[in-house]
Amino acid sequence: MIDREQVLYVARLARLRLSEEEVGRMTGELSSILEHIETIAALDLEGVEPTSHVVQLENVLRPDEPRPSLDREQAMGQAPDSDGTGFRVPSPSAGQ
Amino acid sequence: MSDGTELTGAQAAEQIEAGELSAPELFAAYRQRAAGDELNAFLWVADQAPAVPAGAPLGGVPLAVKDLFCAEGVPSQAGSRILEGYRPPYTATAVQRLAAAGAPMLGKTNMDEFAMGSSNESSGFGPALNPWDRSRVPGGSSGGSAAAVAAGLAPWAIGTDTGGSVRQPASLCGVVGLRPTYGAVSRYGMIAFASSLDQAGPLTRDVTDAALLLSHMAGADPCDSTCTGLPEEVVLPRAERLDGLTVGVPPQLTGEGIEPGVREVFEATLKRIEALGGSLEEIELPHSEQAIAAYYVIAPAEASANLARFDGVRYGRRAGDVQDLLSLYEETREQGFGDEVKRRIMIGTYALSSGYYDAYYGSAQRVRTKIAEDFRAAYEKVDLIVTPTSPTVAFPLGEKTGDPLAMYLLDFCTVPMPLAGIPAISIPGGLSEGLPVGIQLAGPAFSENMILDAAYALEQAIGFDGSAARV
Repeated sequence: MIDREQVLYVARLARLRLSEEEVGRMTGELSSILEHIETIAALDLEGVEPTSHVVQLENVLRPDEPRPSLDREQAMGQAPDSDGTGFRVPSPSAGQ
Repeated sequence: MSDGTELTGAQAAEQIEAGELSAPELFAAYRQRAAGDELNAFLWVADQAPAVPAGAPLGGVPLAVKDLFCAEGVPSQAGSRILEGYRPPYTATAVQRLAAAGAPMLGKTNMDEFAMGSSNESSGFGPALNPWDRSRVPGGSSGGSAAAVAAGLAPWAIGTDTGGSVRQPASLCGVVGLRPTYGAVSRYGMIAFASSLDQAGPLTRDVTDAALLLSHMAGADPCDSTCTGLPEEVVLPRAERLDGLTVGVPPQLTGEGIEPGVREVFEATLKRIEALGGSLEEIELPHSEQAIAAYYVIAPAEASANLARFDGVRYGRRAGDVQDLLSLYEETREQGFGDEVKRRIMIGTYALSSGYYDAYYGSAQRVRTKIAEDFRAAYEKVDLIVTPTSPTVAFPLGEKTGDPLAMYLLDFCTVPMPLAGIPAISIPGGLSEGLPVGIQLAGPAFSENMILDAAYALEQAIGFDGSAARV
């Protein structure tokens, strides 16, 4: 149903680094879950509109008035690493 | 001497109002109970009673809050190690509204990690235990809230329900749990799992308390544009009979898969409905058989997007000793997320990935349409629908963790309603083998008052005794 290669590919998309043991376990578990999900295929859904959301609201508007937001200190307050003005992270290319 | 902890929330508020009970003393009594919690129901307990606004209708009766809700300056971790120590800079609307109404926060309760689970066993902080039998699960994901209320560690609590996470733990712990209509209560400040399904609701000792909390939680919120509030005021329930009410019984949610002890309590409840003047009618919900399949595409798909924000950059845990940005993301998520969360992110990412999107996500959304149509058709014939809340009583810790799909399939009675956005309540119906059995009543969108009234009448007739779970 889903093989090891696909599990590794999806893990990469999801930014999850799975251990060897997890990859093995996940392959079996996802296969049985996906097999159940495929019972949907037994239904004739031709022409049925998809529902993405139960509340059918469009363009919920509010007056365009300035209001205070979190100040920088509060917003940065929980950062694992920060220089006080931005979030500090390792270089995107250091390991390449 | 009585310290007020034997009272329901509404009774305590009344006694405080009448000057017969002191709010600070009640808070202190509950604080002591919560701090001595042996059920792992609480992840954090308040040091002191917060100030209660003068004349607030709930009088200062403390509230247990699921860890999924953000509270300013208070650990809010959604049961996850990836948010360990996170103290948000703002408070969820539901928590804020209840505090303003006079229900200050007593503590944060344990839960399945990011609300993904039906047993509390996926919590990053160890599972809460069921006060009826500590070797059993309290249900999930709002298991800590349900256990705290059942054990009398809190007078009342709030939780969140995505596929049953208020109703199922309420059922397994012998308390009342209400999932309101989608959009009745603001999601602002709830750490998001599946945004089109998540909805906050009360877990309480009785139906009156559920109505009271709902009346103060619900309401439109400019911070959540999908939140419309309720079209009419919540009225405290007082119905004694069910005359003129037609209650639908769907074979798909009441037949195969329900264990015999639960079936027995359910059938006794059907007889009570008739004895109270209600009439029963069999109705079909044909697509509810595919509800679990649709749910386990839609909820993980939304979760995989919502949980992308946990990357170790702005808050929460960050993996140390990494060389580049991609490794930072991957290592942080590998270390911070538990097995169930990873599994659901994987399912969701797979279902949304190129080449599979229409087969999985598109089809699941079409099933969602069919499920909503089934309910609409049913509610043309009946006023409410009754089912067991959970096909089983509380199961032993560890019994089902080895088979994720088997655990998912147990949610079949509670998952169809959120897919249709409709409200449902679980009330204790009786005991099976000494453990509580929940009865679910579901109604059309915005029928909270009718549901509460019917649940109240049934509650009076059942006369459930939850005292065995109290500590």
